[in-house]
Amino acid sequence: MRYEVPETVDAAVALLAAANGSARILAGGTDLLVQLRAGLVEPDVVVDIKKISQTRQVTAQDGGFRVGAAVTGAELDEHPDLKKNWPGVVEAAELIGSTQVQGRATMGGNLCNASPAADSVPALIAAAATCQIAGPDGERTVPVESICTGPGKTILGTGEFVVSLILPARPPHSGDAYLRFIPRTEMDIAVVGVGVSLTLDGAGQCIAARVGLGAVAATALLVTEAADALVGTAVDEGAVEKMQQAVRAACRPIDDKRGTIAYRTQVSGVLAGRACRIALERAGEH
Amino acid sequence: MARNHVTTTINGDPVEFLCDTEQTLLDVLRDELHLTGSKEGCASGDCGACSVTMDGRLVCACLVLAVETQGAEVETIEGMADGDRLHPLQQKFLDHAALQCGVCTPGFLVAAKSLLERNPDPTESEVRYWLAGNLCRCTGYDKIVRAVLDTAAEMRE
Repeated sequence: MRYEVPETVDAAVALLAAANGSARILAGGTDLLVQLRAGLVEPDVVVDIKKISQTRQVTAQDGGFRVGAAVTGAELDEHPDLKKNWPGVVEAAELIGSTQVQGRATMGGNLCNASPAADSVPALIAAAATCQIAGPDGERTVPVESICTGPGKTILGTGEFVVSLILPARPPHSGDAYLRFIPRTEMDIAVVGVGVSLTLDGAGQCIAARVGLGAVAATALLVTEAADALVGTAVDEGAVEKMQQAVRAACRPIDDKRGTIAYRTQVSGVLAGRACRIALERAGEH
Repeated sequence: MARNHVTTTINGDPVEFLCDTEQTLLDVLRDELHLTGSKEGCASGDCGACSVTMDGRLVCACLVLAVETQGAEVETIEGMADGDRLHPLQQKFLDHAALQCGVCTPGFLVAAKSLLERNPDPTESEVRYWLAGNLCRCTGYDKIVRAVLDTAAEMRE
């Protein structure tokens, strides 16, 4: 197994394309190293993208942010402006693993590992985040909810990798939140995860909403019916209840040791309601 | 297959080694450099027994490829005491009997040092959350948390 550490996006794409499918991308390594050790993956080459400057920076862009795919959870936590604008996204990323894991784990990796239970993904979907993908045919931009196609599977073609995640500009009176359920208080994999993002007008009416749902289907979901239940309302109890029903209706969970189908479905609505109230409170503050 | 040649700094000393790509930092620390203070508990980033810092950031050495440390500054448990002079955390772990079998102890010490460098006055809750990635099956954690809080109080004086 070879190790390559390109310093430009083009060099990384060339290495990935030349490996013809037998390359793995190394960002934080918190998933890849475990998979290597378990023999789940046996690449010919590991391409470390951390020396490519674009993958390691958080920069302001078009009123929002461009977050490099290899920026760690700990670094997100140390970016006050990002936290102020997208507290739900940063909280979701920070739920991944321990302090040690936070020192390495990245949102780019969390997304591209394509676990249905990835914590940052429902929050990114709620935030309407997009991915800047580089590849042999140039760059393309794809919404986060379109990246994963199933557990461990993404739309990324040979030679492609996610360079950055783009978080859009935040209008006034906006707020987001992410909540997950785990049986412990720390260090566990989501049984259900829900991200909610809201924008209100000056009178407190919801003018935009997005709801992302994790760990209850083969991929994280964008639940437009849930968002539709909130838009045009004052996010009152009746609207929240309709949103919760839409969230439960979107669930296609598996039965496993962490939760039954009925339990995951029930909890998804509960968490959606709570995340919505937190997002609403935050929207009122800005 | 050519091995990777790595030049790095460990506990302030320049170090050079050859490694295979699949070797983790923990593998190289223990098996090549004979720095056996960092322990392998789970080898999957769950237990924290191999905690080290890399460029000032607390990480699990089992989740870092050794080749990634090229040009980095790595600090391990071996760099914690100043010769025979124990770091205050090490002394407080002894005073509070905050260990039993000792396998988790180097990781706890490295992680706690990293916490106190960032936050000299942590609450009990902050200590417990910061150390949530370090598992101990002997102490029940209470003595460890007390030792860290006591060290913090003493170091603030």
